[in-house]
Order: sequence, then structure tokens, then C-alpha cells
Amino acid sequence: MEILSARRRKAFAVGGLMLAVAICTMVLSLNTGTIWLSPITIVQTLFGFGDADAAMVLFDYRLPRILVCALAGIGLAVSGSILQGISRNSLADPGILGLHAGASCGLIVFITFFRSLEDPLALFIPLFTFAGGTIAALLIFLLAYNRQTGLQPVRMILVGIAVTAGFSAISLFFSLRLDEDTYSFTSRWLVGSVWGRDWENVYALFPWVTIFTCYSLWRARILDAFSLGDERAIGIGVALQRERLWLLLSAVALSSASVAMVGGVGFIGLVAPHLAKRLVGSTAKYQIPVAALIGLIILAAADMIGRTLFLPNSIPAGVIVAAVGAPYFLFLLVKAKS
Amino acid sequence: MEANTLNGKATSLTGSKMWQFVIVGLIATLGLIISIFLAIAYGAKEMSLQTVWLSIVDYQPDKTLHQIIHEIRLPRVIAAAVVGAAFAVAGALMQGVTRNPLADAGVLGINAGAAFMLALSFAFFPNLPYFIVILLSFVGAVGSTISIYLLGSASANGLTPVRLTIAGAVVAALLSSLSAGIAIYFDLAQDLAFWYAGGAAGIHWSHLKWLVSIILTTIIAVMGISRSVSLLSMDEEVAINLGVKTKRVQLLAMAAVVVLAGVSVSVAGSIGFVGLIIPHIARKLVGTDYRFIIPLSAILGAELLVLADWAARTINPPQELALGVTVALLGVPFFLYLARKERGR
Repeated sequence: MEILSARRRKAFAVGGLMLAVAICTMVLSLNTGTIWLSPITIVQTLFGFGDADAAMVLFDYRLPRILVCALAGIGLAVSGSILQGISRNSLADPGILGLHAGASCGLIVFITFFRSLEDPLALFIPLFTFAGGTIAALLIFLLAYNRQTGLQPVRMILVGIAVTAGFSAISLFFSLRLDEDTYSFTSRWLVGSVWGRDWENVYALFPWVTIFTCYSLWRARILDAFSLGDERAIGIGVALQRERLWLLLSAVALSSASVAMVGGVGFIGLVAPHLAKRLVGSTAKYQIPVAALIGLIILAAADMIGRTLFLPNSIPAGVIVAAVGAPYFLFLLVKAKS
Repeated sequence: MEANTLNGKATSLTGSKMWQFVIVGLIATLGLIISIFLAIAYGAKEMSLQTVWLSIVDYQPDKTLHQIIHEIRLPRVIAAAVVGAAFAVAGALMQGVTRNPLADAGVLGINAGAAFMLALSFAFFPNLPYFIVILLSFVGAVGSTISIYLLGSASANGLTPVRLTIAGAVVAALLSSLSAGIAIYFDLAQDLAFWYAGGAAGIHWSHLKWLVSIILTTIIAVMGISRSVSLLSMDEEVAINLGVKTKRVQLLAMAAVVVLAGVSVSVAGSIGFVGLIIPHIARKLVGTDYRFIIPLSAILGAELLVLADWAARTINPPQELALGVTVALLGVPFFLYLARKERGR
């Protein structure tokens, strides 16, 4: 009992700290850009006392973009946590498993056939990416699942790598036929560039992220049970296959919705749950919220760095995340025992 | 004792498989020759097979048709054939030494490394001569492979096939993300994509000379370790018991893969799936002995790329599809079938 409450206190302390860091990052991110706004101006404007110019910059440009970043960061991190939980594989990540490649393929098919990102049609993008991501997930599930041994982590990654290759080839096929402008948009999108910058994008992403994050928190105990191994999880009364399928679907939904708005940002789903596990241990009900906050911080910071450090041009956030995340993944790989 | 009987079994098996290999090999070679002739004869300008034959045995520089064949079609077809053979053999070796049926030269990050160096050179030194660009992308391929190999083996348990595969995927993801960043920053994205999608169009006799000699020498040299590779591909323990120096064979095989795939990628761009599909077909046809798989893969790989290149330029003329794309369109369904079948085991 004593240990439990100590862990709980630690989790709350870490969670509070992360929340503070997240808020700081978002405020800092609101400050920076071609027009510098001081933190005081921002607070004033947020509460409705600022001047019209600041209000326009803030409400029409920066705030929606940062909210999209924040939501997508949360979505990717939670998706990664779920995948790592259900596959008992600490190297699982929606990008490495090929969900992103599937989602990207969905987007490219959309662009090829509708040739438009401006119209209300753009609201259908999450549906297309979700379809792509689901197909990828189903392929992985079908190909890596074995009746005797269940989902084998290593096989899952190998199949994921291969599924990625397949989907990228299809994407390449379509993308070479695009005209130059659409192509340059697509190539930015593929490596992860925050293109959803309007309030519509925030509204489109918000329900997906909140619903499925809440679902995963509600199912936190089940995720913990998965870590005991299939046999024991069944033994303590978990409807294993059904729960696994639902959780997998919600992970796909979270990652595809996020990918629809910010492009193929990899590695957040890997790094955030790991850091969270280091900080608060592997109990899902503490790990998931902390991972979500870390994901938010990473993506918001990467977007801020990408659009300010390389002025007048900008670097997609995904490149920056990969430049930091990939070395971390390799470090984990080298350190992992088996 | 047990090792001896196993060895004996292998030799007797070899005898019965020998004829099978000779027959399959002859048919495949015949197919290759036919597809080369077809690919030379049909295109934007059609000509009779007789002209093709005459232009090779009795070349007359003043005839236009002979010039087309000699200057445009022949080098292109030869390049496609050699590159196809190189990718297929590289894939066969990878699958053999890593015991991963889904392995391919791309797993070692060869494509990503080459593309990364290419992005760098396009961005910072846009006017380098062709030869230097190819050399640089080869350096990139070798560099990324070495780093993946080191990362894969830098841990308590040493190098395992799975670890190598995962390290390769991550390093490739990192490099391609960085190249995309560079491409976007310097506005080169589509130029790079066209190179990356591959093609055998721009290859001339002067490049072909060393391309052919490097690749053929390597393939012949690889035959020297093919027996060890077959033993390694079945079981590492058994291979060690039979006196195979596993570490050395692995290293030699990887080196050959880097040379074969690195050179081909630098010249023709990244062409996936050849290295994946062809060795499987070869294995279906002649069994598990790499002394047969490697030469057969070379012939079949050459044939596939010659046909794919021919399809790329004739399906939708005057536009050309990218070679990488036509191969991928063939490869993806096959790959899914394969992965599905693997699952059953």
C-alpha cells in the first residue's frame, strides 16, 4: 500500500511538471515566428484585452496550428503506448509498423483523384488516411498473427518494415505523376509537416484524439494485463482477442488522424512512451497521460524549431523529430538485452 | 559423425539436383536471350529481329537503325540486365546469411545512404561531373551499411539477423528523413524522386564497361562462398560444426552485397523487390543450395529487369514509367503472398 501511494505521488508530481513544461512550450511557441509577441501580450490577447493585430496573428494563425500540433503529438504518443502495450514490444511505433506508410498512401490516392486540399473536401482526408492505416494494420495483423503463438513482436516489426516498403512503392507510383506544386506539398507532408493550420483542422482532429485517448485510459487495466503475457491475461479474465482488436483499432485511429494533419511524423510514438515509462513506471494509467504530454512537448517544440531556426525557409517538424528520435531508438536497440 | 552423414547427404542431394539446375538454367538463359532481343527490337521505333541480329554481328555505322541499337537500346538493355543480376544476387546473399526470407539489400540501408549523399551533392555541389556523383552515392551506400552493421553488432548479444534488420530500418528512416529535409530546403524534391525511382536510360558504353566488369567479377567471386552460405542459411550451429567460419562468411557476403547493390543503386537508382522476389523463385526452382540459387538468381534478375525496363518505356509512350515503379507493381502482390505463406510456418 505504502509503495503504491508513493508511486502515485511520484506520478502526479511528474505529471504536474510535464504539464507545466507543456504549457511553457506552447506559450513559447505562440511567441515565436516572423512577428515576435511578448508573453504578456499573449496572455492579454488570450483573455481578450489585446490589440487587433496581435489578436489576428494569434487567433487566426498561431493558435490553431499549435493546437493541431498538440493534439497530434498526444495522438501519436498514445497510439505508440497502446501498440507497445498490446504487442509487448518496446520497439513498436506506428511509423515503424507501417501505419504511417498506409496512411500516406491513403492521402496520395486522395490527392491523385480529387486534386484538391482547399475545399470542404479536405475534411475527408482523415477518412482516407484512416482507411490506409487500417489496411496496413490489418495486413500486419493477418500476416504476423499465428494461431499458436499469437502476435509475435519480432515478426510484427519485420512484416511492418515490409508493408512499409510495399505502401511506399505504391505512393511513389502515384506521386511521380503529380504536378510540381502538388508534389512539393506531398513530399513535405510525407516527412511530417504541420499543414493543418486552421480551426477546421482543430475541430476535425479534436474528437478523434479525445475519444480514443479516453478509451485507452478507460482500458488502462487491460493494457496492464497484456504485459503479463497472453496466458495469464486470459487467466485473470480478459477477453484477449477482442480487447486486442479494439485497442489496435483505436491506435490506428489515433495515429491516422494525427498523420492526416501533421504528416508522417515518426518516432514520437516510440520515444514518448519510453520516456514516460522511465519517469513513472509502466502502469498504463500513469504512463499514458505522461506519454501524451511528452508527445505534445516534442511535436510542438519540433514544429517551433522547424519554422524559426531555418528562416526564411522552414524544415518540416518530422525531419527534426527523426533527427532526434532515430538516434534514441538506436540507443534503445543497442541497450536492449534480447 | 553426424556432421559427416549430413555432409554426405548434401553431396548426394547435389547430384540429383544437378540435372534439375542445368535444365532450369538453360531455359532461363534462353528466356533471357529472347527478352533481350525483344527489348532491343520493340520500342519507339520498331525493327525486325533480323536487323537486331545483324547490327550485333555485322555493325554498320552508317545505318540509322544500327546506330539506334548500338548507341541507345543496347547499352540500356545491358545495363538493365546487369543491374537486375546484381540486385537479385545481393538479395539472395542477404536472405541466406540473415536467414530472413523478407530480407533485401535495402535492409542494409544501401538505398537510403546513396540517396542521402545524392541529396547532399545536389544541394551543395550542383555541377559535379556524373562520375563523381556516382562515386559519392556509392560512398553513401557503403557508409550507411557499415554504420548499420556496427550498430547491429554493438550490444551484449552481438549481431543477430533481427537486430540487423531493425537497425537497418531505423537508420534508413533517419537518412531518408534527412534527405527529404535537405531536398525540401533546397527545393530539389522532385529531381531526387526521379533519380530515386530508378531508370537505366542514361547509361553509356563508357559507364557500362566498369559496371559490367565490377558486377560480373563480384558475382563470380561470390560463388566461392556459396557453399558456406547454403549451410549458414539452414542452421548456424550445423554450419559451425561443419567447419564454416560463420563470422567471416557473413562479413564477406555483406561486403559483396554492398558492392553489388551499391554500384547498381548509384547507377540506376533504387529498385526494390528484385532482390526479394527473384531468390524466392530461384529457391522454388532449384532447392536450397546456394551454388545453384546464386547463378539462377542472376539470370532471372537480369530477365526481370530487362522486361520491366521494356515495359516502363512501352506501356505509355512517349512518357516513361519509372523502372522502380514497374518492378514494385510486380513485386508488391508477390510479396504479400510470400509474407502470408511464411506465417503458416
